Amino acid sequence: MKYIDEYRDKQLVEILIRQIRDEVTRKWTIMEICGGQTHAIMKYSLQDLLPEEISLIHGPGCPVCVTPVEIIDQAVELGGKPNVILTSFGDMMRVPGSHTDLLSVRAKGGDIRIVYSPLDVIDIALSNPEREVVFFAVGFETTAPAVALAIRQAHKKNLANFSVLISHVLVPPAIEVLLTSADMRIEGFLAAGHVCTVMGTHEYIPLSERYKIPIVVTGFEPVDILLGIQKTINMLENDRYGVENAYPRSVKPEGNIAAQDLLQEVFVSCDRKWRGIGVIPGSGFTLADDYIRFDAGKRFKLHHIVAEESERCISGKILTGQKRPSDCPAFGAECTPEKPLGAPMVSSEGACSAYYRYHLRMC
Amino acid sequence: MHDNKTIMTGDLNSNLQCPIPKSDYEHVLLAHGGGGKLTQQLIEKMIYSRLGNEILEKGHDGAFLPHISSELAMSTDSFVVDPIFFPGGDIGDLAINGTVNDLVCCGAEPLYISLAFILEEGFLLDELWKIIQSIEKSAHEACVKIVTGDTKVVEKGKGDKIYINTTGIGRVVPGLRISPDNCQEGDVVIINGTIGDHGIAIMSERAGFSFESGIKSDTAPLNRMMQDVFARQPNIHVLRDPTRGGLSSALNEISQSSGKGITLFESQLPVTEGVRGACEIMGFDPLYIANEGKILVILPERHAGEVLGIMRSHETGRESRIIGKISGRHGGLLHLETNIGSTRIIDMISGEMLPRIC
Repeated sequence: MKYIDEYRDKQLVEILIRQIRDEVTRKWTIMEICGGQTHAIMKYSLQDLLPEEISLIHGPGCPVCVTPVEIIDQAVELGGKPNVILTSFGDMMRVPGSHTDLLSVRAKGGDIRIVYSPLDVIDIALSNPEREVVFFAVGFETTAPAVALAIRQAHKKNLANFSVLISHVLVPPAIEVLLTSADMRIEGFLAAGHVCTVMGTHEYIPLSERYKIPIVVTGFEPVDILLGIQKTINMLENDRYGVENAYPRSVKPEGNIAAQDLLQEVFVSCDRKWRGIGVIPGSGFTLADDYIRFDAGKRFKLHHIVAEESERCISGKILTGQKRPSDCPAFGAECTPEKPLGAPMVSSEGACSAYYRYHLRMC
Repeated sequence: MHDNKTIMTGDLNSNLQCPIPKSDYEHVLLAHGGGGKLTQQLIEKMIYSRLGNEILEKGHDGAFLPHISSELAMSTDSFVVDPIFFPGGDIGDLAINGTVNDLVCCGAEPLYISLAFILEEGFLLDELWKIIQSIEKSAHEACVKIVTGDTKVVEKGKGDKIYINTTGIGRVVPGLRISPDNCQEGDVVIINGTIGDHGIAIMSERAGFSFESGIKSDTAPLNRMMQDVFARQPNIHVLRDPTRGGLSSALNEISQSSGKGITLFESQLPVTEGVRGACEIMGFDPLYIANEGKILVILPERHAGEVLGIMRSHETGRESRIIGKISGRHGGLLHLETNIGSTRIIDMISGEMLPRIC
């Protein structure tokens, strides 16, 4: 399959592994930001192919994982309301809230529907004018433009029964939190290719310069990831830092201008709480004044629902790379995909899920 | 009792063009399941006319079956697929092929099938007619007889159009000893063709995606191909049809119950470009997608060439190939040798398959 097979090519993988081996002279710790990259690394056992000097740690780039438990609780509240159709990406269905998850709410009669695109929600709202239709808007800069487009369409159509429960988060402020953390020793970042496809690379230049750290925009196939690692190691070994692009087939330096314009029109940045990490200033999107009437939190008065994560789940330490899933005492015992303590065990981009699915019992 | 083969000599294709028998109603009524005249009409006009044989048409509460001097195998399955018509088949095909293939996986020759409908009030009789014709065609292909049945109707909204249960009885082929814990280190794993076609055909139809790739369900009865294998090479250790949960569930169950490790070779897994593309878009892995016309055959490597030759001589086995082996490593686990030379676990699916967020 074009654009897939060549990036899963054994010969290219072997060439890149050889280049990395030839170049590396000491231990380096690199964080891949995106959960999609974490899953590819585990799925293809890339760590096993790399020299042991290179340690990959897993970052916070799983939007499902970083959604705080109180937002899940708010979605659970909405999903149980008889006049509401709650729509969501499939990933959110199994994420545990304080007491239950959306799959269980649906089983008890809640009208909760999985959609592939936020634009589908507009159609659902149009064909159910007597009911409130809410979209559970979760994601990074990647999914935000599609949500913004749906909100703008709702605005143009004057859809009174459409709203969004919004929990959008942004990557650069999270990277800055990681870099200023006292017990963090990340020496290079693989930035999330799809986020940069939308936002471009310019946001990462000041971060790289301020903290003198290599940041390499990286894709999601084995060859992409190894190319990202090779470029990072090359900068580290040559005592350089900067922003490089190892995913040029998708990422342009300026990003997707039309998508950025849309984001700027519909959203404004806000402080946002991250699961297990806490509030990160300026790390989220909320609705701009012209679109505030589509805020489900305000419409359904959900903001009184607050909650704290279970102490048994160390998702904060997992999401900041301070611990590996296999370091967690609950991993694979008290916490499994069937009975998760936290979102990283059930999200398709969660680090715990990747460890459990691909490697747990081979160690 | 009719010889099965006499049924096959009928002019089936012309019969399949038959219009629905004239009825006063377009839709299923509660009375169609009430046991009265409408039930009788439905059974006689729609079921006996297409599926009838001397055992079924006796109309007893159950079927009297001729004596069979052999060990028997029995299997039951319920079919609730949505949509009921999909590219490559319908719920009627599935109901016959599913039970036939389960019996084949017991090393049996399928003979008799029971057929039970649960219909939703308001279901179109025209659609029921199409499904009955599919059942007739599939039963004919698989050389099995429908010998008893039942029809119930539930109130509108209490069911979803039509559910079907079939139970099958088959004669276990003498000399075969099929069991998941039979597999031995060094055995090879054969599959008879591409994986994931059925599940992706259903999901594409359900999600309203038209991939324009013509992905069709692989639903098919496998008994003719496997009877041929059984007759010529009975040294088969394990058989399994990788239906719900796909290859991953079927092989995980075998590795768990046998305590043996199973290695799959990613480079040998047969997946069509259409299914691969759909899986990439929807975030699925073909290893977890359902099949309805596939069988996994685990046997000693020395017999693999002969069995592959037999399987490939049948339409349902043209693309048969070795995809894995029973290994001495990682006992009780299924793992994959990837195309890039690494190894990882293939875990059993947890919960339902959910599309990914991005």
